[in-house]
Amino acid sequence: MSHHIVEVKNLRFAYPDGTCALKDISFRITHGESVAVVGENGAGKSTLLLHLNGYLMSGNGNIRIGDYPLTKETLKEVRRTVGMVFQDPDDQLFMPTVYDDVAFGPLNLSLPPEEVDIRVNNALSTVGALHLKSRPPYRLSGGEKRAVSIATVLAMSPDILVMDEPTSNLDPRARRKLIELLKTFKHTKIIATHDLDMVMDLCERTIVIHKGQVMSDGPTAEIFTNQELLAESHLEKPLRMQGCPVCGNK
Amino acid sequence: MSRIKTAFLDLGYMDTLAGMDTPVHRLDPRAKLLTTLIFIITVISFGKYEMSALIPFFLYPAVMISLGNLPFYYLLRKLLIVAPFAVMIGIFNPLIDREILMHIGPLYMSGGWISFCSIMLKFTLTVGSVLILIASTGFNAVCMALEKMGVPRIFAVQLLFLYRYIFVLIDEASRMANARSLRSFDGKGKGVKVFGYLLGHLLLRTVDRAQRIHLAMLCRGFDGEIKLNRRLEAGIREVTFTIAWSAFFIAMRFYNIPLIAGSFITELIL
Amino acid sequence: MHMADALISPAVGGTVWAASAGLIAYCSKKVRDDIDDRKIPLMGVAGAFIFAAQMINFTIPGTGSSGHLGGAMILSILLGPYAAFLTMASILTVQALLFADGGLLALGCNIFNLGFLPCFIAYPFIYRPIVGDKPSQNRILLGAIIAAITGLQMGAFGVVLETLFSGLSELPFKTFVLLMQPIHLAIGIVEGVVTAAVVSFVWKSRPEILEKTANTAPVNGFSGKFVLTALLAAAVITGGVLSWFASSNPDGLEWAVFHTTGKEELETPNRNIYSLLGKIQEKTAFLPDYGFRVSEDVKTDSSEPESIVNPGTSVSGLVGGVVILALAAFIGFALKKKNGSR
Repeated sequence: MSHHIVEVKNLRFAYPDGTCALKDISFRITHGESVAVVGENGAGKSTLLLHLNGYLMSGNGNIRIGDYPLTKETLKEVRRTVGMVFQDPDDQLFMPTVYDDVAFGPLNLSLPPEEVDIRVNNALSTVGALHLKSRPPYRLSGGEKRAVSIATVLAMSPDILVMDEPTSNLDPRARRKLIELLKTFKHTKIIATHDLDMVMDLCERTIVIHKGQVMSDGPTAEIFTNQELLAESHLEKPLRMQGCPVCGNK
Repeated sequence: MSRIKTAFLDLGYMDTLAGMDTPVHRLDPRAKLLTTLIFIITVISFGKYEMSALIPFFLYPAVMISLGNLPFYYLLRKLLIVAPFAVMIGIFNPLIDREILMHIGPLYMSGGWISFCSIMLKFTLTVGSVLILIASTGFNAVCMALEKMGVPRIFAVQLLFLYRYIFVLIDEASRMANARSLRSFDGKGKGVKVFGYLLGHLLLRTVDRAQRIHLAMLCRGFDGEIKLNRRLEAGIREVTFTIAWSAFFIAMRFYNIPLIAGSFITELIL
Repeated sequence: MHMADALISPAVGGTVWAASAGLIAYCSKKVRDDIDDRKIPLMGVAGAFIFAAQMINFTIPGTGSSGHLGGAMILSILLGPYAAFLTMASILTVQALLFADGGLLALGCNIFNLGFLPCFIAYPFIYRPIVGDKPSQNRILLGAIIAAITGLQMGAFGVVLETLFSGLSELPFKTFVLLMQPIHLAIGIVEGVVTAAVVSFVWKSRPEILEKTANTAPVNGFSGKFVLTALLAAAVITGGVLSWFASSNPDGLEWAVFHTTGKEELETPNRNIYSLLGKIQEKTAFLPDYGFRVSEDVKTDSSEPESIVNPGTSVSGLVGGVVILALAAFIGFALKKKNGSR
């Protein structure tokens, strides 16, 4: 099952205007792991994610996705393996109806129409959005949009799911539903987020990024109890681990 | 601001209408599109002094509105909103063409008034038929029909994209316009310069958004060509619909039924 | 200044429609052949941007027309003429379909007036030469304003010509021109200023966006050859459409004969059978008179203007019209009831 592995070695990246976004990042994520990438605004999380599907490529350092090193030649295979869910569903859902949107990826894989149909139905029922099939994306609620975004990626049958702020802009109930949904996935997951409570629910491992560098990489429980580390990386303990302001209990 | 919101709700409402399930809605979009085109061409082909021969054409909108369960007054209001241009150009006819062409007892009607009425009838019919087409079919389905009927894929996709992001951008623009009006007083802050900055910002955001969409497309294997998995099915119903209506329109183009009926009735009475 | 279906004749509408359709096909090919597939989403959202921008209130006092905020010019500068033309065409299509602004047949005219003229005439021949390869604040301002004004003036003149050639409006050429051009001069100036403001804002904050287009915009490759090809294609298509029309429609054939021979007498047969509103028909062809209708023409057209109408026929026409209208409404209601009760 080596093709579920994500390996990043000595990755550096600077934007054309000279901003150094990533300085020497290395980690290795193995099959079935669920890993959170946390850090303050501008720490380099998004830049890192953009490297994982080859949108950004830098000459420095290298990335392996499963059996392939990430290069121009393997790009297509890598993009099929790594499913990327964007922060703003309006960027991800660009087709006229939910069905068309979920079918977009499979069609690009040149699958036969019947197979596309099966995949779309499966992906939509996995996220519980089959009833939205013929609706246009702009008429969905925030939670529905998010679910459909995930379905668009699932329809590609990726091995690795990469998500950028999956719980942003969701109401508490939709957020909870999403977390429950993600729990059921067997994929290798990489989630960049500020929602540390979700991290506690979903990810056994956390990578803290600060100013383009890996500050810490370890079990979530350990990292969230390290007060110093959190303060230095502009983070806070998850709310659930803080004392209750009403009753004063821990 | 109200204008933006109205437009937004309006678009949404048309979409809701198109989402209904009636015999008219269930027809293949191509049949409706083709019929609408034939309707418009036959209506337009009438001469400038033609009034009575246009009347039978109202049967088509009447049938479509009732079978399609469409809101008559709403469509009428939409029609009136766009009327000014046709009225503006047409209203010169009565002023210039003053020859008396018709009189009923003491009432005289100049050629100008006749041609003006003819323009307004044509306007009502053509605009009405387009509104009915969208309200009973939906914009996206019309685009799909266009694509199947040979419109270049890239243009059809452009229409779909445009329609998709109108909702997002109108929302974004209205938020910016709100922010502007909350901080401008006595008309200050609504000048061209601020307007330019505002639009400039919106444009930059738009360009960034385009980049993100492109990225999302690439992530799902986009290779420069958008594919659509959509099978339209035109059966006997569609063919009958199109042919029957077209035959009716063309027949009405050559036989002035109101005149024949009128002669018959007046002969009976007189 | 959207043309409406009710104001144009099928001949004018069809011809311009064919020309616009040919341009859309040509530009689609051009854009598809472009290696830069980033343009596909960019065109979509840029079109939506223009749409949204037109809705932020900014009316020009006294005219009520604020509709087309230099859309075509901003798009040309951002995307280059081919993609801008397609985007403009898509915007106008949406307006025609959803807001009933302009009609389906008039869409061709609108695309030509508001898309082709600014994107393929005003942008390459006015804006580009003025701004050149090294844009500056003043050049952008000057180029945008002059190009926007010229584009709109041409567009307004297009409306005048299309309306007059259709022959449905009685407005004399001169009056119409004097009516349209000054209004659109005012609109053009405002548009130009706004376009300039937006473009120079983008140029100052993110110059690379504009540079990208400047480099890919085929300004030099844009030549008389293209215009010639487009016009030729339009002519062939129009010919095809018209001959189809003529062959499938005897009245249309008659019309074609009438126009080629220029003899108006040829058009009366088969009408008088039903004495349609008497001799008024003499003023009407299958397609209304193809040419400038100046008031003198009207007089010569109908030689005996006074006693041409038999009151009996007019009354019949009216009575019949009312009856048929009532019948149409009745059928409508009946169907609705049936539909509702199910």
